[in-house]
Amino acid sequence: MQAKVTVYPRREILDPQGKAICTALQRSGFAEVTAVRAGKTFEIDLGPADSPQAADRVARMCEQLLANTVVEEYAIEIVAGAGSSPESKP
Amino acid sequence: MRCGVVLFPGSNCDHDVYHVLKHVLEQDVVYLWHEEATLKSCDFIVLPGGWSYGDYLRGGAMAALSPVMQSVREHAARGGPVLGICNGFQVLTEAHLLPGALRRNRGLRFECRDTYLRVERTDLAYTSQYELGQVLRLPIAHGEGNYEHFSADLDKLEANRQIVFRYVSPAGELDDSWNANGSARAIAGVVNEGGNVLGLMPHPERCAEEVLGNLDGLGLFQGIVQPAARFVGAAR
Repeated sequence: MQAKVTVYPRREILDPQGKAICTALQRSGFAEVTAVRAGKTFEIDLGPADSPQAADRVARMCEQLLANTVVEEYAIEIVAGAGSSPESKP
Repeated sequence: MRCGVVLFPGSNCDHDVYHVLKHVLEQDVVYLWHEEATLKSCDFIVLPGGWSYGDYLRGGAMAALSPVMQSVREHAARGGPVLGICNGFQVLTEAHLLPGALRRNRGLRFECRDTYLRVERTDLAYTSQYELGQVLRLPIAHGEGNYEHFSADLDKLEANRQIVFRYVSPAGELDDSWNANGSARAIAGVVNEGGNVLGLMPHPERCAEEVLGNLDGLGLFQGIVQPAARFVGAAR
């Protein structure tokens, strides 16, 4: 199974990177863009077996390392049965 | 005093700190590799600036989980002095030894220039050599020094007097145009509640010797290594 984790700056605080990207998109002719938040995505392979504890374990990974919850928030998507990422295939 | 300068892969201000402690202040100094299990009997620990682990994930995030940090944590819990400069400050926040977080600078630029800091309290060993309200000129060199915390926590920091340095104008006035990186409440440096763990973004080690033309940073190290140094936290 696999976990997909996305980490974004908290909405309440200024995201200078997202703001700069927003301005660049608007200048590039995409006037419909009103806001951008720039974040990160992690694909975490958890081996072939599905585990009921996976979501809790991944949440702990987020709290301990993947996100800094002072300034970031995270979302977890567990994909049951998903295989390894292409890089990790033999 | 026996001082330890922690070396993470990617630290690059380590020798500057070593030099100030060893050759300017004539202390016993050793390096502590990030994989060390002990602090080699050091009394004072410095986490220097640099790009530990290439700033992977977030500045300081990987270093905060390195083996030596467990010993640093125990040292801090005993009331031992720990100073984090620049990336070292980021490591201390990521390790939860100091509150808050350091984000990308407001202007998105790497800022490398002198800043002016106002000393907000002088009852710490770190600031005992300065006057209250004294303005120091210290250089910064960072891309992620924008101090951030929840607003209730910022209020708590103010109430606890944990804000030690703020970015100000050369005249010592709070003025947003002198806030180098957009830090909340112009925070340049904070201390833990015990008064023994201090982090700051500017580099005192880069202005701690006559030949460098600026001695404003020297007092910070002097305050710790002088024999009479004592800690607010230790007295509790």
